[in-house]
Amino acid sequence: MTVFSFHINGDRVEVAAPDHWTLLEVLRYRLGLTGTKQGCDKGDCGACTVLVDGRPWLACLTLAKSVEGREITTIEGLMPAHRKSGGAGADPLQDAFDRCGALQCGFCQPGMILSARALLARNPRPTRVEIRHALSGNLCRCTGYTQIFEAVESAVAQACGTTTAARAWEAQRERACEREDTP
Amino acid sequence: MLRLPKFELRSPRTLSEAIQLLEEAGPAAMVIAGGTDLVPNMKHELATPELLVSLAHIEELRGVRREPEGALAIGAMTSLAEVAASELVQRFAPALAQACSLVAGPQLRAMGTLGGNVLLDTRCQWFNQSYFWRQALGFCMKKDGSVCHVVQGGKNCVAAASNDTAPALMTLGARLELEGPEGSRTTAIDDFWVADGIVNKKLGASEILTRIVVPPTPRGHRGAYGKLRDRGSIDFPLLGVAVRLDVDETERVAHADVVVTALAAQPKRVAKVGDTLRGQTLGSPEFESAVLAVAELARKQCRPLPNIPGDADYRREMVPVYVKRTLFAAARGDGPVHHV
Repeated sequence: MTVFSFHINGDRVEVAAPDHWTLLEVLRYRLGLTGTKQGCDKGDCGACTVLVDGRPWLACLTLAKSVEGREITTIEGLMPAHRKSGGAGADPLQDAFDRCGALQCGFCQPGMILSARALLARNPRPTRVEIRHALSGNLCRCTGYTQIFEAVESAVAQACGTTTAARAWEAQRERACEREDTP
Repeated sequence: MLRLPKFELRSPRTLSEAIQLLEEAGPAAMVIAGGTDLVPNMKHELATPELLVSLAHIEELRGVRREPEGALAIGAMTSLAEVAASELVQRFAPALAQACSLVAGPQLRAMGTLGGNVLLDTRCQWFNQSYFWRQALGFCMKKDGSVCHVVQGGKNCVAAASNDTAPALMTLGARLELEGPEGSRTTAIDDFWVADGIVNKKLGASEILTRIVVPPTPRGHRGAYGKLRDRGSIDFPLLGVAVRLDVDETERVAHADVVVTALAAQPKRVAKVGDTLRGQTLGSPEFESAVLAVAELARKQCRPLPNIPGDADYRREMVPVYVKRTLFAAARGDGPVHHV
């Protein structure tokens, strides 16, 4: 057992855990930060993505001891950071994922949002290709990726004060609503 | 849930301290760089070190530098993402930058290092599995058993070299600088491999790979990397093809090389490539015929085994396709070749 000293979501945290634990185990089973998901546990799926010094990082392959003293951000840290910097509500990316229905079961969502957050931090106006590339290490097994990419584009558009084009499913829904309204 | 077995982690600040730790602990110790290969292997009980010596805090092992005579010296602990994004590497060793850009996904490229990729353990679909899975099968000769499930009755392990950077570095004629208890040594990367899937590299006990040196490339140097994989994002290669084309001022090929990987225990250089392509002018019909001839040479010389996922016949049919596409990409000065 070792006492680790971490910088997580802006807080300095001291936590006792076995030496051979991964960062993922410490986050979930010592600190209760269960937003970081445990998926394949061997680096294939990206569900355990966190940010280490602003870069997407796989917590399941990271020895806890190796990230002592580095800045770690989990999904739980996005909203407080957004509010601390003067924003209201959730992080704009979380909001966009919600708005665009960019989830089904939600398991991949924390990793997706953190990979997208790191992308927007270094490239505030990415193209669709750049978004696809940045999220290529995160697997979604439910929805396909279209609405996830659209959510990132929507957050970018909102930050630029513009709107994205209506998505195919939105037009379909509107037509369906019109039909239902027709007596 | 895959848990790590117990071990001790030490993080020395200097190379000599790291070598001393390795020497004292002997075979019970292993080096950890990015951990993206070793940690899953430890979770599968494929590696069970008692001591891990982390190189993360040894600053001298990081960074890309251009030496006065034009060679590129890349620290073994430089991340794959940094090598892929390095303007020096993109300009002077494009095949290496492209290969690094196609290793796994963004998270693993940020964590994984060039040295770690060069020293990646060989992979096999009968080996890279959990202990429970391997035990149910009766194990294999690479770990805990004595038989080969790829080649029935086979005497040699045929686990596949799966490091994308190795073939690119071979086309570039790279040298590896190693530091060990006996001092430092340099070896050509071509001489580093052994045709044995159990351990396919000549790395001495307690030796650490410190730098990868790419000799100066001529002004007309072009290179590209092509990678076939299941998903266009985070998989190991089902096939990797690195090519080199050096052309003179009139765009005639002066030197050409093709190295293919993920077939067997070591990367394979396709024979007679230089003779076939030399003297051809890029873009000419003769060049295109010569590229097709090289693709056919590669198909004849490469015989993928059912050692990694992906049908072996399909991978064999893809050899000429990827050799051709990657050569054309290098001739155009673009790449990498992949399917996303």
